[in-house]
Amino acid sequence: MSTTTEIAVEKFLQHTDSEAASFFEACVHCGQCAEACHFHLATGDPRQTPINKLRPMERAYKRDKAPFSTLKKMLGLAPKPVTEAELKEWEELVYDSCNMCGRCTLACPMGIDIAGTIRKMREGYAAAGLVPEGLKSAAEYVKKTTSPMGVTIKALKAQIAHQEKATGIKIEVDKKGADYMCTFSSMEIMGYPEVLGAYAKLFKRAGLSWTISSVAYEATNVGVQIGSAPMAKEILERVVDAAEALEVKHVISPECGHAYGAIRWAGPNLMGRQFNFEVVHIIEVLDKLRREGKIPAGKKDSRRMTLHDPCQIIRRGGLLKEPRKLLDESCDDFVEMKGAGLTNFCCGGGGGVSANPRAEELKTKAFSLKAEQLNGVENLEAVVVPCGNCRSVFEDGLDAYEMDLEIIGLSELVAETLAEPDEKQG
Amino acid sequence: MSFLNLVEGPLFSFAAAVFLFGALWRLIGIIRIGRKKDISPPKASAAAGFIRGNLRHFIPRGIFAKRTMVHIVGGYGFHLGLFVLVFFGAYHIDFLNERILGFSWTAMPRWAFLITSAIAFAGLIMLWVRRISDPVMRLISNKDDHIGSWLTFLVMLSGCFAMEQAHDSLRATHMLLVDIWLVYFPFSRLMHGFTFILSRGNSGATYGRKGIDL
Repeated sequence: MSTTTEIAVEKFLQHTDSEAASFFEACVHCGQCAEACHFHLATGDPRQTPINKLRPMERAYKRDKAPFSTLKKMLGLAPKPVTEAELKEWEELVYDSCNMCGRCTLACPMGIDIAGTIRKMREGYAAAGLVPEGLKSAAEYVKKTTSPMGVTIKALKAQIAHQEKATGIKIEVDKKGADYMCTFSSMEIMGYPEVLGAYAKLFKRAGLSWTISSVAYEATNVGVQIGSAPMAKEILERVVDAAEALEVKHVISPECGHAYGAIRWAGPNLMGRQFNFEVVHIIEVLDKLRREGKIPAGKKDSRRMTLHDPCQIIRRGGLLKEPRKLLDESCDDFVEMKGAGLTNFCCGGGGGVSANPRAEELKTKAFSLKAEQLNGVENLEAVVVPCGNCRSVFEDGLDAYEMDLEIIGLSELVAETLAEPDEKQG
Repeated sequence: MSFLNLVEGPLFSFAAAVFLFGALWRLIGIIRIGRKKDISPPKASAAAGFIRGNLRHFIPRGIFAKRTMVHIVGGYGFHLGLFVLVFFGAYHIDFLNERILGFSWTAMPRWAFLITSAIAFAGLIMLWVRRISDPVMRLISNKDDHIGSWLTFLVMLSGCFAMEQAHDSLRATHMLLVDIWLVYFPFSRLMHGFTFILSRGNSGATYGRKGIDL
């Protein structure tokens, strides 16, 4: 067994806890997960069957950790050892064609959390250095600038200045004692900076005390995407330390799918402790402020709109109703696409896929299912995409499939349709 | 001691013991691996999610139904059919009463037994044909899947032959296959009959504490 294989297998075994073991022990090889996976549906390739993507990890477990594995080894009935060639062959399946979106779990009669187990399997791959170049580069950028896209504080401050000018509202950086500290994804800062202005407008109206940290503005956690707990912890530590130094009560996770899971659900487990602040998603904050009457809805957007459900916010994040309530109050003609909600298709770029140029073609193929969903809504004019990464995938995908559709962030829509102080509420 | 007495007596006791202790050993083995306590602040109860996850996955989601219809029909037909045959077949109730439990309950009529057998057979055959014909199934299936299917098929088939109780040899063949099936169970994928509770429950708990009804 080569060193690479030894490292990977050791990590596979280390991360096969009783939860992952129960999944490996319950799978009946029924193949229903394939019918839920956009990569399999778009390509028709049996290798894209979600449970097949876990095979090296399953093999390692069944050979070396499962009950009766010693007995089976003695009788020559244990599975063969995992080889380096297999690990390399599977690398594409583990990184390029799994968004860790969790749709397969809904179709699985055993309820196997394949997405969560892929996350654990990536620990083995990351430790053994079997990671796509795109993700390696993103990790390098994070080391240098804290951002996977290399967004520096200088660049952020320039965007803040633009938005202050556009809204006429001051955005305070490093304000100690603020109630809320906002984080953003690099994609939002550089691609959709209007979101900064939207926050400023909404929070000013709500009378919220908020700030942005100059050292922890980045929410994206490339460590979670690559599957490296030590890297994920290091990235997270920066945000936690900054939030605790600024003595904020809440940290707002932005419209970015995996960033929410990384800090809200994985965060305390990575750090080994609970935080001195509460982590809330921007959608939760806006929904709460709306219910409290602090950001009343005004004139609704009259366009026919639908909502994309970012998998890590909706299916794996638990925020199913909140964006719909906000959208209903902001839009005259909100229609759901077929399969909306928990079972909605992922954009195809989550889980590090969009940061991996090698997966570009596959990602575009997977988007064909999203395009089909969108085309199924008659006279659709816009799609609300509450995730910066999904948004960028949508831009590429709509372009590839020659679709003319406006893409809007939810915070921006809520800000745009906010009632004027003297306006009758919508 | 006749062959029938052997397979219904000491061999059955041995097989039942292997089944029980083997299954228990495997379940405890899985649980004993343990997992780190999730310390992220929960939104809802993980325990409730464990139960909900188990119940929810009994009902296939509509959106996947069309693409997975063969599996749904075959799976439900086979599993429900087998359950009813094992626990409501007159000869099985007699066997359980006399050999193990010491009490009995009302058996289903013969016509219902025949219909249920047909449904269970059709389901099992559908599942196996899909296993050998569908490219996805061919890729992910292994020997264990086929042995489990065939062994179960042979147990059911020999059971049908033994129904009339006309020949001891037919009943003995059925019981021998039952004994083999019981011994094979804890070491094979047939264990999903128990491990599904852990699998569904673990996902249900993970999602449940996030407030998601999986």
